[in-house]
Amino acid sequence: MMRVRLTVNGRLREADDVWEGESLLYVLRERLGLPGSKNACEQGECGSCTVRLDGVPVCACLVAAGQAEGREVVTVEGLAPEGELSTVQKAFIDAGAVQCGFCTPGLLVAADELLDREPKPADADIREALSGNLCRCTGYEKIMDAVRLAAARRSAEPEGDRA
Amino acid sequence: MEFLRPASWEEALAVKAEHPDAVPLAGGTDVMVELNFGHRRPERLLDLGRIAELEEWEGDGPAVRLGASVPYTRIMEGLRPDLPGLALAAHTVASPQIRNRGGVGGNLGTASPAGDAHPALLASGAEVEAVSTRGTRLIPIDDFYLGPKRNALAPDELIRAVRVRRAGGPQQFAKVGTRNAMVIAVCAFGLALHPESRTLRTGIGSAAPTPVRAREAEEFLGGVLEEERCWDTGRPPPPSAARRFAELCSAACSPIDDVRGTAAYRRRAVGVLARRTLGWAWQEYRGSARVTEGVA
Amino acid sequence: MTDLTEGHAAPAVPGVRSEADRRAGVLGLPTRFTQRAGNVGGVGESVPRPDGVLKVTGEFAYSSDLWHEHMLWGHLLRSTTAHADILSIDVSEALATPGVHAVLTYDDLPTEVRHYGLEIQDTPVLAHRRIRHHGEPIAAVAADHPEIARRAAEKIKVEYRELPVLTDEESATAPDAIVLHEDRTDHHAPHVPHPNVVHRQPIVRGDVERAAARADFVVRGEYEFGMQDQAFLGTESGMAVPAEDGGVDLYVATQWLHADRRQIAPVLGLPEEKVRMTLAGVGGAFGGREDLSMQIHACLLALRTGRPVKMVFNRYESFFGHVHRHPARLVYEHGATKDGRLTHVRARIVLDGGAYASSSPAVVGNAASLSVGPYEVDAVEVEALALYTNNPPCGAMRGFGAVQACFAYEAQMDRLADAVGMDRVAFRQLNAMSQGSVMPTGQVVDSPAPVAELLRRVSELPLPAERPWETGGGGVDVRALPGGLSNTSHGEGVVRGVGYAVGIKNVGFSEGFDDYSTARVRLETAGGEAVASVHTAMAEVGQGGVTVHTQIARTELGVTGVTVQPADTRVGSAGSTSASRQTYVTGGAVKRACELVRERVLELGRARFGATQPAWASDGLRLEGGKVVAGDGAVLAGLAEVLGDEAVEVETEWRHRPTRPFDRHTGQGDGHVQYSFAAHRAVVDVDVELGLVKVVELACAQDVGKAVNPLAVVGQIQGGSTQGLGVALMEEIVVDRTTGLVRNPSFTDYLIPTILDTPPMPVEVLELADENAPYGLRGVGEAPTLSSTPAILAAVRAATGLDLRRTPVRPEHLTDG
Repeated sequence: MMRVRLTVNGRLREADDVWEGESLLYVLRERLGLPGSKNACEQGECGSCTVRLDGVPVCACLVAAGQAEGREVVTVEGLAPEGELSTVQKAFIDAGAVQCGFCTPGLLVAADELLDREPKPADADIREALSGNLCRCTGYEKIMDAVRLAAARRSAEPEGDRA
Repeated sequence: MEFLRPASWEEALAVKAEHPDAVPLAGGTDVMVELNFGHRRPERLLDLGRIAELEEWEGDGPAVRLGASVPYTRIMEGLRPDLPGLALAAHTVASPQIRNRGGVGGNLGTASPAGDAHPALLASGAEVEAVSTRGTRLIPIDDFYLGPKRNALAPDELIRAVRVRRAGGPQQFAKVGTRNAMVIAVCAFGLALHPESRTLRTGIGSAAPTPVRAREAEEFLGGVLEEERCWDTGRPPPPSAARRFAELCSAACSPIDDVRGTAAYRRRAVGVLARRTLGWAWQEYRGSARVTEGVA
Repeated sequence: MTDLTEGHAAPAVPGVRSEADRRAGVLGLPTRFTQRAGNVGGVGESVPRPDGVLKVTGEFAYSSDLWHEHMLWGHLLRSTTAHADILSIDVSEALATPGVHAVLTYDDLPTEVRHYGLEIQDTPVLAHRRIRHHGEPIAAVAADHPEIARRAAEKIKVEYRELPVLTDEESATAPDAIVLHEDRTDHHAPHVPHPNVVHRQPIVRGDVERAAARADFVVRGEYEFGMQDQAFLGTESGMAVPAEDGGVDLYVATQWLHADRRQIAPVLGLPEEKVRMTLAGVGGAFGGREDLSMQIHACLLALRTGRPVKMVFNRYESFFGHVHRHPARLVYEHGATKDGRLTHVRARIVLDGGAYASSSPAVVGNAASLSVGPYEVDAVEVEALALYTNNPPCGAMRGFGAVQACFAYEAQMDRLADAVGMDRVAFRQLNAMSQGSVMPTGQVVDSPAPVAELLRRVSELPLPAERPWETGGGGVDVRALPGGLSNTSHGEGVVRGVGYAVGIKNVGFSEGFDDYSTARVRLETAGGEAVASVHTAMAEVGQGGVTVHTQIARTELGVTGVTVQPADTRVGSAGSTSASRQTYVTGGAVKRACELVRERVLELGRARFGATQPAWASDGLRLEGGKVVAGDGAVLAGLAEVLGDEAVEVETEWRHRPTRPFDRHTGQGDGHVQYSFAAHRAVVDVDVELGLVKVVELACAQDVGKAVNPLAVVGQIQGGSTQGLGVALMEEIVVDRTTGLVRNPSFTDYLIPTILDTPPMPVEVLELADENAPYGLRGVGEAPTLSSTPAILAAVRAATGLDLRRTPVRPEHLTDG
């Protein structure tokens, strides 16, 4: 058993008695009270546990807890300040991109990173960026709508207002 | 279980020497799945994530020394001109999330016949830099794969890098999967033209117990290209030769039927990929301005 | 940055979005919806989900997110063989493992009730003497950490004696076949041709011999449908908490709380009221949560250890943790006259039910009664049956028996159209049923059945551009090609194909089932405003039922604020979230409860103000905008005024029209409540050399009667269509025919479509009211899953010229041979 310290959503967090084989996903969900990152496959095939590790989207299920020591993690819970919604989050609601919602946290993290990287993505770019995130409910059409909507709204917003 | 986190390459080698059973862990694509599902419970995990040089590449000489943990995303984005075959292969690896973490060291360490990097490494003629406290070995890629999920590494060795000659000619990579993204190869094919030596090399994935080259096909086509003076004229090899090349690539396979595809399909598909990638590579060699968008 | 509260309250009404939205060309619903003026956020509007904010912030608590300070982790040991006698089970080493608190086997079950099942109680809670399928639960472990539980389970020693496996009709119904369930006492048992047949339903209508003699063209075909998995993303999970009264509180993801409880309580030896269930967040269902999974095991472990027990199946276990869609073999004969009229249909549909019955009998009823499709044909002879085998148990999945039949009859319709020499769409339209048509069961279709119109709509949509991968200047975007990012083609070998299909699905539970729902609605004043509260046991699995409830309450009660209470067993049953029935049935119950509340409110108002205001006595009083409004629009009083301190609460049950069982020999009977229709046009690009398929576009037209929430309706149609796409091209649970072992229980080898496999999906929504249903609505969720698959197969056949008889179609099917 070991202790793991990492920064999650801007806060320094610490988990004790972590089994060496545990994933970052397990630590987030079961030890740090952040179950927003989802556990649909635990084999890197669904993207529902997508978090940003030092800014880069990764599957938290494929990161060993010990590998996250000292690193910065952003989860869906960190996409917007408490009580607010980021543009992407709002767009997912408005566009009908949420049904059961189990894929939503991972998709939000991936879509948010895409729009940081590419503010005006073409449809094919959106599909490629989200090709590691499975959704079983929507058929992805409303997710495409949501990302297009978020891109449009973000480009219409003044820089400073952006989440 | 012990979680070992060496801060330097030297320390990692020392740990591996002391504990040859320690399982190296970098991108986690394979190892973490085995842990999550209880398929493997090693005594020790050896986290290589803190060793910065593994995530760097050096490219001053005729070869690129590609750190074992350079993520596929960076290979796609940064090495397309130098290692076009590997960059194409990198783009077909799993998902964006996995491409952000995984590197060729993992593919080589696991040595699954389905690893996406293998055909490109075979075609480009890479060398694996295997290091232990005893020293450094450069293992030619042709000698690296020994069997299904078995490679030529000694128990105390770690993969530091692969050394890949900078491309002197066109390279191609194509992979068949039953889904348009995030799919393990049913079969894959890599091709590299080496105009400087007037040779070509191939690599086949998922169609034999290990990644393999189609040597007979290489020799046959090499002969035709020489005989027909194709290298000099830029003329493509005759269609009959391209067909024969494809047949010989198919014949180099020794595939199995499994849940991902049949042996017969794999053999046939490798032939189709061989013919197509040859066409694309030769078109590029002739200097056509064809640009493949959507691929890094 | 958007303010949360504002974003949450503002209803998303199409057409009133910001300038930037419209410029981006998004969210314009590609449909013609008739909007009805009413209370803001009411029926007919694209109201946002009430759970949307929680779901996008990560705060929504799914069943696997539950956590308790003192909880243990439950884990199941599953069989590694498909058919065997269990000679011994030794749990001693597991039990002695530090951190392990309980290990339970069949012998530890507390009562004589040790089996469960939706209709037939044939499924052992834990295996007893016999293993009947791969992955059957044998023992349950509770431990401090999931890894400890997993390791302990591995230490349980099970000694098997392997038995020959029954994996198909031939082996299951051989005269000397091992009988999988001896001493059957279920009501189908006396009538089946072999004890390994769960249920058999014939349909006989008209004189098929004579009709066949009139046929100028006859086509016969044998078809095969692979085993599909629901593949909901949130795996089976939940938490059982032992209570001081000896009972248990269970928080779980399910489709039907009360049906779960009915099966759980007797096994625990508890009265139902001591098994208190609350719906935890559900990560998708699609039929796969209609049967129990971990419910009883978690409760048993919690009651044994006195500690809360959390269980979460991982993806591997999930493939064994729920029933799948029945694989099927279907043999069809269709006949038609020269002028293209169907003469007769003969069909034999064999569904593989696997080791336990689950909902196989009802799936058989559906497959039989819907076997002909949405067509008029007077002479029909059908036999549908489900087998017991050693394959994984099969039961409910979206489309429920109608999916397999549609795949086969639509392939037949194409072949018959070709034989007659007619256009495939026109041939379908010529034979299409309409309102007043008679089903093979003799049931008259008594509400709109716009089959020909749906086909017209999809066929008249503009076709997508050819060669979409060309980017100009000789460039290629491989993402638009078959093979996608894998770079298999730059246009070589790619052939386009177009295909059509249409299907018919029943809505609601059939065959005489007492299908009802319960709703409790409360109206009271809070903060000077009348607010409604809706309490049902409806399982919100993602479909948006909770949104619909808020809309109905707004429309019926004229309020803005509506609270949806958590679903639990403190209120009566809402029936299952399946069979496309919840908006119809629980929606109907909420509507009825609201109407009763309204009557009581008006009574209150009359009592309070009637003496002085004669308008209170008039007819046609409405609740609107928080007020009581007279027929002439005059405001009589604010709702808050009428209510004062009083709360009006009504709980009521609501039923749809009764149905009747099918005759055991002829299949005749008014077995279904309502029918639902959808048509698809699929456009595909096929790399004919590699057998890789890219679906370019998948257009759907569906009659929904009334789009209660247009955005959610389109979401259902697109989601359902995509599940049909999956089983057309990639999804199949592969079972080894010699061992009965599942070969691909993972998301690595059971592939579901990614966003790069899924095309643009234009949707045409018709709203032709069914007068028997609340608001005229028609169940939406399943119909689009039917015709999507055969439309894609038809398009692939068109591109390749191959006569494909099986789904999913794999690359080797398009290239081998």
